[in-house]
Amino acid sequence: MTIRMTRRAALLGGAGLAAGTLAAPAVAQPSPIRLGGLTTLEGPFATGGQDAYRCVQMELERINHTIGGRRIEFIRESSNAQADVALARARKLIEQDNVDIILGPLSGAEGIALRDYSRTLTGKTIVNGSSGASDTTLRNPSPNFFRFSTDGTQWMAGLGRHVFQQMGIREVAVTAGDYAFPYAQVFGFNLEFCRLGGRVQHYWAPLGTTDFTSQIAQINRSNAGAVVVVHGGTDGLAFMTQYAQAGGSKPLIGGSIMADQTMLSARGPHRRVMNGMISGGPIADVIDDPTWREFVERYRRRWLNEGGFQSPSIHAVNYATNLHGILHALGAVNGDLSNNQAAFQRALAAAEITAPTGAAVKLDHNRQAISDIFLNKIEERQGTAQVVAFGRTQGVNQTLGMPEAQFLQLGAPSRDNAGCVAA
Amino acid sequence: MDLAATILLNGLTLAALYFIVASGFSLIFGLMRVVNMAHGAMYLIAGYVGYAVFEPLYDRDVWYAWYVGLAAGVAFAAVFGALVQTLLLGWMQGQELRQALVTIGLSIIVADQLLATYGGTPRQFFAPDAIFGSTQVPGVGGYPTFRLVQIGVAVAVGLGLWLLLNRTKLGIMIRAGVDDRQMLGACGVNVPLVGVAVFALGAALAGLGGVIGATAQPLAQGADGRFLLISLVVVIVGGMGSVTGTALGAVLVGVAEQIGQAMFPTYSVILTFLIMVTVLALRPQGILGRA
Amino acid sequence: MRSRAAPWSLLGLAVLLALPWLLPQLLPQGQAQFWTASILGRAIVFGIIAMSLTFLATYGGFVSLAQMMIAGIAGYTLAIFVEGAVPRVVGLLGYGAAIPLALLAATAMGILMGAISLRSRDIYLLMITLALGMGVFRFIETNIAWFNGYEGIRNVVGPSLFGLDFRNALVFYHAALGTAALLYFGILYLVKTPFGLVLQGIRDNPRRVAALGYAVGLHRIAAFGVAGFIAGCGGVLSTIYNIGISPGSIGLGATVNILIMSVIGGLGHPIGAFIGSLIFTVLDTFAATIYDRDRFNTLIGLAFLAIVLVSPDGAIGVGARLRRLLTAQPRPASRVCGEVRSRPPSTRTAKEEPP
Repeated sequence: MTIRMTRRAALLGGAGLAAGTLAAPAVAQPSPIRLGGLTTLEGPFATGGQDAYRCVQMELERINHTIGGRRIEFIRESSNAQADVALARARKLIEQDNVDIILGPLSGAEGIALRDYSRTLTGKTIVNGSSGASDTTLRNPSPNFFRFSTDGTQWMAGLGRHVFQQMGIREVAVTAGDYAFPYAQVFGFNLEFCRLGGRVQHYWAPLGTTDFTSQIAQINRSNAGAVVVVHGGTDGLAFMTQYAQAGGSKPLIGGSIMADQTMLSARGPHRRVMNGMISGGPIADVIDDPTWREFVERYRRRWLNEGGFQSPSIHAVNYATNLHGILHALGAVNGDLSNNQAAFQRALAAAEITAPTGAAVKLDHNRQAISDIFLNKIEERQGTAQVVAFGRTQGVNQTLGMPEAQFLQLGAPSRDNAGCVAA
Repeated sequence: MDLAATILLNGLTLAALYFIVASGFSLIFGLMRVVNMAHGAMYLIAGYVGYAVFEPLYDRDVWYAWYVGLAAGVAFAAVFGALVQTLLLGWMQGQELRQALVTIGLSIIVADQLLATYGGTPRQFFAPDAIFGSTQVPGVGGYPTFRLVQIGVAVAVGLGLWLLLNRTKLGIMIRAGVDDRQMLGACGVNVPLVGVAVFALGAALAGLGGVIGATAQPLAQGADGRFLLISLVVVIVGGMGSVTGTALGAVLVGVAEQIGQAMFPTYSVILTFLIMVTVLALRPQGILGRA
Repeated sequence: MRSRAAPWSLLGLAVLLALPWLLPQLLPQGQAQFWTASILGRAIVFGIIAMSLTFLATYGGFVSLAQMMIAGIAGYTLAIFVEGAVPRVVGLLGYGAAIPLALLAATAMGILMGAISLRSRDIYLLMITLALGMGVFRFIETNIAWFNGYEGIRNVVGPSLFGLDFRNALVFYHAALGTAALLYFGILYLVKTPFGLVLQGIRDNPRRVAALGYAVGLHRIAAFGVAGFIAGCGGVLSTIYNIGISPGSIGLGATVNILIMSVIGGLGHPIGAFIGSLIFTVLDTFAATIYDRDRFNTLIGLAFLAIVLVSPDGAIGVGARLRRLLTAQPRPASRVCGEVRSRPPSTRTAKEEPP
């Protein structure tokens, strides 16, 4: 009940604020910039989507909904994480609501669908929300699709090296979902781990698997020194719970969405085994960086009493990062979207910004972010589990430092092409 | 070798959960001829409501938290089921398709309201200490105790249903109602009330499955569709309206799913559906179903 | 009845054809395009898939929940075989060959569904087709080699027809409308042929039809094949409309949506499918303005429930009732409650009648 109330209140609050700015005397310029938001407020991924809009609203409020002398009107839409629904909503935003820029979507398949849609548009720009499929920008990129957030492969930068060199583990069991996002993450991990000489045994499970007991029995019997867990949402929670129930004791290495507040705020036996888990990703709850501390502080002040988390989720930070990219470029061109947004898109491509995490972000020639990735550890602090960053790899690009031609030569990540190539 | 035993035991414990959920579906279908498409929604409702009761008690660290959550979930589902039958389905008795459509509409609304009320974060019960941890099983080694409890609950449900239907006055009335409603009414039995009782019982079983299932696996949006489909497949395979058939169907589906996941994870879905298609081709009424 | 209905249908079709030129007179430019492309176009595509269900239900008495999956089979076949789709699975054919192949696959899948569920009827059929549909969905969602799993196959941009590009909203709208009209009038014709009459005989009393010497099973399977073809046309169009296909398009939600459209519109006549899909699409698009974007499912669930409770024959039933009230005609015997209620009398319902 509380959640529904707050969500509606949030929507109303946003509308009220926009109206407030409209009436403000300082605003006496031409038409407003119409920014369409697209995230997931329906279905199982709704939690991440709600949090994304919290941060977008917070960042727009901070600049009083005005940039480069023009007011920003924010129009919200929502999908259910399905590509065709995302596409229908994007069409509504463009055709019916007549937006100039879309900020979104949240999940991988939606991102690729919107990338394809962006190609059919002229004079409109789509800036990613939180979708993290590599192919969205790596293969067949679209000239008016921009992504200031990093992708699933980038998020694993530094993890394989840490496991091999710092933890001294030579063999791991990788348990991962059998679809594109885990492929990308496993690829990123293996690229480093195998090149150093590590051995990997893979256990794939289809998306939506809730019973991992047989797989866990196999893993516990194996010689693996650690378990790398790359499952999403409920699947990951199921694995962790059953690993705890089966008395699993190998150290855990997590994919990026395993160590997120959406996962840690769920209660259950999994919390015990997850304590001490190492993971890689674009954010952490605790990062020793003033920009991040200030952002979290603002987030808590604004949202803690209105259903927010202790610390913004991965989706929220990705949306905020992409919004910062948009705002930076709009500021650079003084809100000028004329000439089919040519100047604006040039400014986007050239933008160098600082993400809420304090990471520097710039774009490569595919309009994909090059940014910092954190090495994280889950620690129990004041009775709550927190993701604490203890390392940072700077300037990670989409090919993890490999020349692009060579990286593309490796082929798209898949279960048969999991990135385990010797140097 | 012990891996094979583990997989088999996993299959049986999964089958136990499937049986608990599907038995309620089968009961309502067998006795009332209602395909309750909201069966998964009742699973979900019991899980969420049970959890809402369980969590504050667990925070206060009382030992009976899980049991109270279980009771609350089951009771809520039973009341919900009774209301559905009384308010919506009772007065369209015999219009099977219309009843199925009504329950589809209900399940959409229930799932969405649960999302609105409880949000999208997955939840999971902590089993009480007495049934958490692991137990030594010969030939398998350490095995999660709670999953063994699941088998016990399933056996108890099966026996209970059999006794209820065959050894009690209510059971006699229910079976009489299946064969001839008019005559039963003429004998002075309140037939609609019997219908409400059956629906409440079926929903309570979905609720029992909901809390047990949410202790073994995370509970999240989408579980309703999953368990509705599992109930459908189990009942189609085992036979419509037969308790033994439901048990058989649950074992086949549960064991097939685990074997598939261990041997060929990507194609494990196919195994379940091969079983279903084979049964449909040979015995459309299900293995133990009445023609 | 039908002969009087035909001129109205043709008039409706003419209005729909001219709509892209009529709407800009009434609405601002952007809005007019949005209405034709994204609301009417989408409604027509969904309507074709819903009509395959309505066809089976109205004339055969079979409520099949596998139709969305069958549409998906066509969509996936197209995406797998057509040149230019990403990722490339086979990708050897042009649209001219891939689309017929997709329709063939859908028809074959329809026939297969009909054969598997041959000995089930009524509510059993609904359960079985739902389970089969979801089985195929789960398989597609988890299979990478052929279907690219959860992400699906993208970049199915559609053909160019006589130099007209399918990505042009106007071209797509007219192609969808033309397909829908052909299929709609095709069905109206088909049900008057001997095949259609036997089908309706099976709906009313399969035993008598069998006693007359007709092969009931073959007619059933053929009807599922026809429905498969219709669903396949919808599947091809929706895949082109969505520039690709992913498993979400054929999941439980999508399957139930097709049922909702059919029931809201009315299972008594094929036109109900389009009325239902239009109502659904409008609700879906403007739920944010009407109610609350987040609670769209509650809204649509309530609308659906209300229709099932109040007017089991859907929106066209409401229309029929109004017409009867106005003209004070006696109720036509059969069509009153549509298929939702007029089940062939089973032994069970017969017993419940007072002696």
